[in-house]
Amino acid sequence: MSDIVKIITGVGVTKRFGGMTAVNNVDFELRRGEILGLIGPNGAGKTTLFNCISAFYRADEGIITYNGNQINRMSPDKICRLGIARTFQAAKNFPDMSVRENVRMGALFGQVGITYDEADRLTDEIMEFAGLDKYAHLNVPDMPLALQKRLEVARALATKPGVLMIDEVMAGLNPTEVGEAMELVGKIRASGVAILMIEHVMKAIMAICDRIIVLHHGELIAEGAPDHVANDPQVIEVYLGEEA
Amino acid sequence: MGLRLLKDAFWGAAPSRIQSAIIAAAIVVMAFIPGVADTYTPLFLSWIMTYCVLSISWSFFSGKAGYISLATASFYGIGMYLQAILGRQLPLWTTMILAAVMAFAVGLIIGVVTLRLRGIYFTIFTFGLSLFLNRFMNWYEGAFTRTKGRMVKPYDNDTVFYALLVVFAITLIAVIILNRSRFGLSLKCIGQNEDSAQHLGVRTTMTKVLAFAITAAPVGAVGAVMSTKIGYIDPNTAFGLNTSFFPVLMAIFGGMSSTYGPIIGAVVFYALQDYLLRVTNWHMIIFGAVMVVVIMLLPNGVFGVVDTILRKRRSAGGGAEASHQP
Ligand SMILES: Nc1ncnc2c1ncn2[C@@H]1O[C@H](COP(=O)(O)OP(=O)(O)O)[C@@H](O)[C@H]1O
Ligand SMILES: [Mg+2]
Repeated sequence: MSDIVKIITGVGVTKRFGGMTAVNNVDFELRRGEILGLIGPNGAGKTTLFNCISAFYRADEGIITYNGNQINRMSPDKICRLGIARTFQAAKNFPDMSVRENVRMGALFGQVGITYDEADRLTDEIMEFAGLDKYAHLNVPDMPLALQKRLEVARALATKPGVLMIDEVMAGLNPTEVGEAMELVGKIRASGVAILMIEHVMKAIMAICDRIIVLHHGELIAEGAPDHVANDPQVIEVYLGEEA
Repeated sequence: MGLRLLKDAFWGAAPSRIQSAIIAAAIVVMAFIPGVADTYTPLFLSWIMTYCVLSISWSFFSGKAGYISLATASFYGIGMYLQAILGRQLPLWTTMILAAVMAFAVGLIIGVVTLRLRGIYFTIFTFGLSLFLNRFMNWYEGAFTRTKGRMVKPYDNDTVFYALLVVFAITLIAVIILNRSRFGLSLKCIGQNEDSAQHLGVRTTMTKVLAFAITAAPVGAVGAVMSTKIGYIDPNTAFGLNTSFFPVLMAIFGGMSSTYGPIIGAVVFYALQDYLLRVTNWHMIIFGAVMVVVIMLLPNGVFGVVDTILRKRRSAGGGAEASHQP
């Protein structure tokens, strides 16, 4: 696989909390234009891996690159401006701003050199793209969960990322809302953004991911196309073990 | 190029015509007051403007970013001592600028050291700074100058009034402009959710440090001016801890969500204090009780009530125009 195809790579990524290794020597790559699913039981280290990529935490070991440049010594804001945007598992919207203002913050700060006018135009564009324009008048903390999560995605999108990392945006949504969220994710990919998504909703993962990687106790235990991963004995054991 | 960058960071949108007109008119009206009013009024207004500058500055950084600073007394006292030391040799406008620069510089250093701390640690550190400067000057004067306090060269009420009007006007206009700029919006994002802000590209540390330092400057300048009115300063007047607490109370009292809340807070706060001081010996107790009641009844401050009503109206009317408000 040539480097032109890989947009993010991680080699030997490790993160420890005290004596516990949350992410253990993980190698992965995200390719241009793909949707890569990141799955694994609760506590497997999925969010921690996101946190290492977005520099919310500093990886203890390993190298993470974006477009060939090492990024795991950079600050989160720099990484965002470089082109990696993320959402948080528990939505972290700005509660005292309007829906539109929330999105505008992404547009204003996520890119170097964007003017205020351009940011306003981009905001309107993203509001429509994410289907939030009809909800512009809502008070953010009162919005239903599905919209909170959608706003979280829209804010990240407004930074005009090359890569979008989404952490369980479908958790807690009803089937209709999951469908809408899947549609949005598909649209984002179609717009040329590579996506790394953590998700527990298997139906969604299997339907929209090009590839899947599986973490268990911080270690990568499987990788490949959805049907390949779904039939992997170790993966089945991990998931059955969790349900038992 | 450099200018473009500055504009990008600090100039968002011009204030509306109406807002500009009201502020310009208010400042012009203020400028005529010493000519027509009695001698007491300019002094009374000087104190009000001083309190306004303290609470506007405090709200701009602490209110927005959610980092409660108790360093106001430090910057105010630095201005006072600078004036006491240099006021005889240099004209007032020079010492005012020097006081602002000095407060800015100290703010920058303190900011670099402390603004990686979150929440209560920052507050405690800034409180410690004010306390330290107070104790340090007490010790220094006792050990070296063998005096308590210093005389400050006095200026007449009108000079003091105009000097403060300049600082007040600059502070107010700057805050109105900065509120809509990337700089002001960065602070707002930080206050609402710092993690989220940083992951959207906001340079959080730099913004906090710079804002803390910038808002220290006018506090230093008003400290310099008011020391000439007090005439004689010692460590407890200059670095009095009340000076750190008042802006917090005024901002909460008036409401921090708008530019005008801190002003209303300062005016009511000072007027009430001044009135109670004249009519009763129990002023601090009554004053405290009033504060507690107001804060309990109006959690968003006096202006918060107005703001809520306006917002209800706006969202009833479709809410489309609301998005461009600071
Ligand atoms: N800040 C932290 N401090 C200590 N332990 C943490 C921290 N964040 C995560 N962990 C631990 O790391 C492990 C992986 O967590 P996480 O990455 O959130 O899992 P997942 O997202 O896969 O459910 C868990 O055991 C969790 O308790
Ligand atoms: Mg998680």
